[in-house]
Amino acid sequence: MAEFLQYFAGAMGHIFNLSNFLLMTLGVAAGIVVGCLPGLTATMALAVLVPFTFTMDPATGLMTLGGIYVGAIYGGCISAILINTPGTPSAIATTFDGYPLTKKGKGEHALVAAAYSSGVGGVIGAILLMFLAPLLVKVALKFGPPEYFWLATFGLTIIATLSAKSLLKGVIGGTLGLLIATIGLAPIGGEMRYTFGFYQLQAGIELIVALIGFFCVPEILSMVEEVITEKKEIQKFKSQKGVAREVIVKLTKQPFLLIRSAIIGCFVGIVPGAGGNVAGLVSYNEAVRWSKEPEKFGTGVVEGVAASESSNNAEVGGSLVPLLTLGIPGAPPAAVLMGALMLQGMRPGPDLFVQHGDITYTFLISLVIANIVMFVLGFYGAKYVARLINLPASFLAPMIAFMTIIGSYSIRNNMLDVFIMVGMGLLGYILRKLDFHPGPIVLGMILGPIAEKGLVQSMMLARSQGSILEVFFTRPISIVLIILCLISAFWPMISEWNKKRRGESQGVSSNG
Amino acid sequence: MRKLKFVGLLAMVVLLSMALVVGCTGGQKADEGDKAKDQEQTAEKPDFPTKPITYIIPFNPGGQSDVEARRQQPLLEEALGTKINITYKAGGGGAVGWTELIHTKPDGYTIAGINIPHIILQPIARENAGYTTEQINPVAIFQGTPIGLAVLKDSPFNTLEDFINYAKENPGKITVGGSGTWSGHHIALLQLQELAGIELTYVPSSGAAPSVTQFLGGHTDALFANSNDLVTHKDKIKILALGSEERFEALSDVPTFKELGYEMTPSIDRGVAVPPGTPEEIKSILEDAFIQIMENEAVREQMIEQGFVPLKMDAKAAQEHINKKQKEYSQLLEDLGLPEEKK
Repeated sequence: MAEFLQYFAGAMGHIFNLSNFLLMTLGVAAGIVVGCLPGLTATMALAVLVPFTFTMDPATGLMTLGGIYVGAIYGGCISAILINTPGTPSAIATTFDGYPLTKKGKGEHALVAAAYSSGVGGVIGAILLMFLAPLLVKVALKFGPPEYFWLATFGLTIIATLSAKSLLKGVIGGTLGLLIATIGLAPIGGEMRYTFGFYQLQAGIELIVALIGFFCVPEILSMVEEVITEKKEIQKFKSQKGVAREVIVKLTKQPFLLIRSAIIGCFVGIVPGAGGNVAGLVSYNEAVRWSKEPEKFGTGVVEGVAASESSNNAEVGGSLVPLLTLGIPGAPPAAVLMGALMLQGMRPGPDLFVQHGDITYTFLISLVIANIVMFVLGFYGAKYVARLINLPASFLAPMIAFMTIIGSYSIRNNMLDVFIMVGMGLLGYILRKLDFHPGPIVLGMILGPIAEKGLVQSMMLARSQGSILEVFFTRPISIVLIILCLISAFWPMISEWNKKRRGESQGVSSNG
Repeated sequence: MRKLKFVGLLAMVVLLSMALVVGCTGGQKADEGDKAKDQEQTAEKPDFPTKPITYIIPFNPGGQSDVEARRQQPLLEEALGTKINITYKAGGGGAVGWTELIHTKPDGYTIAGINIPHIILQPIARENAGYTTEQINPVAIFQGTPIGLAVLKDSPFNTLEDFINYAKENPGKITVGGSGTWSGHHIALLQLQELAGIELTYVPSSGAAPSVTQFLGGHTDALFANSNDLVTHKDKIKILALGSEERFEALSDVPTFKELGYEMTPSIDRGVAVPPGTPEEIKSILEDAFIQIMENEAVREQMIEQGFVPLKMDAKAAQEHINKKQKEYSQLLEDLGLPEEKK
């Protein structure tokens, strides 16, 4: 703590230096723009802008990069809310309630909720990182292959929440996602699977390409449909006074929702390999489970947006824990930050706090400030950004279509990705007509590789130890995760039973 | 009406910024018209380069290959007098980027980072990697990353001998982490097994970061890792042996496999290559630029400090190095009868 206070004053000096502050704000703004364009990710924004920070002094450079990271993760929510397309994978869960809100003409509600909860989540994540990093990293190290397997399995039970209408369709979607994830080089063993002679398919199907396909293309097609059938599914956005305050008051009255989501986000973040996408989905799932009105989720409630956004911005802080304490990047954007640190002559790891305490604390505190800047930008911008969907579909649809192509090409500079995106888009359109939710499909795609790696590695460890039982079922974190899996999988039945019981007791009391 | 104008403006801003970002990431096409006019022209030398050069990194941003390319970028731009655009073509452990490279026009305007042994092992292990080792036309190899074997500080093994003796008595009991299958780490493990006559359990991860985390968390008993990762974590680990030819400056107290009697020098070496059929004159201009960087003292010092071995192989030396390693590895895999699926 003494150390912290000592560095605090110096850090404040760096942060509120006018040019530093402006560069950071510019970083946040640039991050938001990149983040909201599907296909351009936080990782790419950082990689492109890292060279510009070479000439800056380390504190300025890191503040700018931190701002970009924070901004890009938030920016992903804008396209998620307005056009049902997560701008970054972190915003997948934001679409579930964000887009229905837009359809009801309440885009501003969703955008303000996103800005506010992102800000709160981001600040909580950064503070946890600042004070608890050495403690949190111990948890991260306890995560071995069996824990990854159970974590992924737990993640798959979210399908039950996402497919309230038909569990069967949810499971089919999830399985499809798992199968898509097997395309390419096996993560362990290195065999080629389902590449059909295309060398590009060695790399597998990129998640973002699938996201654009499954979420965005069906949306474009239904816009076109609307023009043809002259049916208006999306209500026009009209700016109303007091919306922002209303939303913020509503969310502030539920501090538990924001804090719980932020803590989930931070913890998922510290586990290398599980990123903001998993964080958002898990928090969304928990928000539904803890809610008194779970049936309203998915129809457009601000709580759904808040759960996802608070969590994925808290994940930023979490993902930096292994980087700053161990020198291991926990997420792809953190890997780019690591490269930037090394080029500035700083080696990420425990020495960072000792040798470069000044700069490290400046960076950490600037993350808090960047989150506040992001909130301000998001808050005041919401009204204007929400108007975008008032554009006539004849402008909007081709514009988005153009973006999908650029986005899916630029993720790996690969033309095959564009064709895959179009193919998946058509598939997604058909599936939507058949009432399949795209959520379970991408969930399967995200969790499949994590589960597979965990399973195969655990089996290898089990073989050398001579006991499968011991590896899978006796480790403490594994047991907790197994219990969570069981609760989550049987939750619909538990809540049904609960409701019935409550209904009966209410019935009795009203009668008597 | 005013509102509509505003929306139109906003849309334009979004589109413009998009164009900008895209221009930055994959802008080699947009810049093609740009001519570097202040090029020195002599009769013998071809007029190269007159437009920006694309530098393919076949891995994700933030990886070591990316860091190295970013370090070189300003120096290359100065030496060649043109813009260097770095593009990422990640996938398949590099195979996608290298396949892309060999299919581009051999005019020197597309170069790619290469990694040894990846470019040797992938074509051997995979049915269709998309390229062959012979199609990779090296310009230079500038960095070595010797692979070392490490255990945690509290491990009972203090020397490589302890480790091997235990493995001899308990075949398959020691679990060893590493990055990838048929990769540099995997081949190092196979070589050690063969030379020492032991059996280990290899637990591969998809990347260095997860394998290091698992090892530090105690989920695997030992780890094959690159020298830079070993330098980062040297306070928490005991390094039993390192794959460099001679003792490595940044880890001078660690013996090499060779001194301990195991004839192996596992290493990940990084360099740069052009497509097959690139004219020799153009290749040598690129080669000269890279030699300049390899001779840069500041770059060398930075590399050593970060745990890398600065190398200086020109095109000829690089080709010889690749040929030597190719022979060594294909012999090893043949002796072991691996990989089975290809046979």
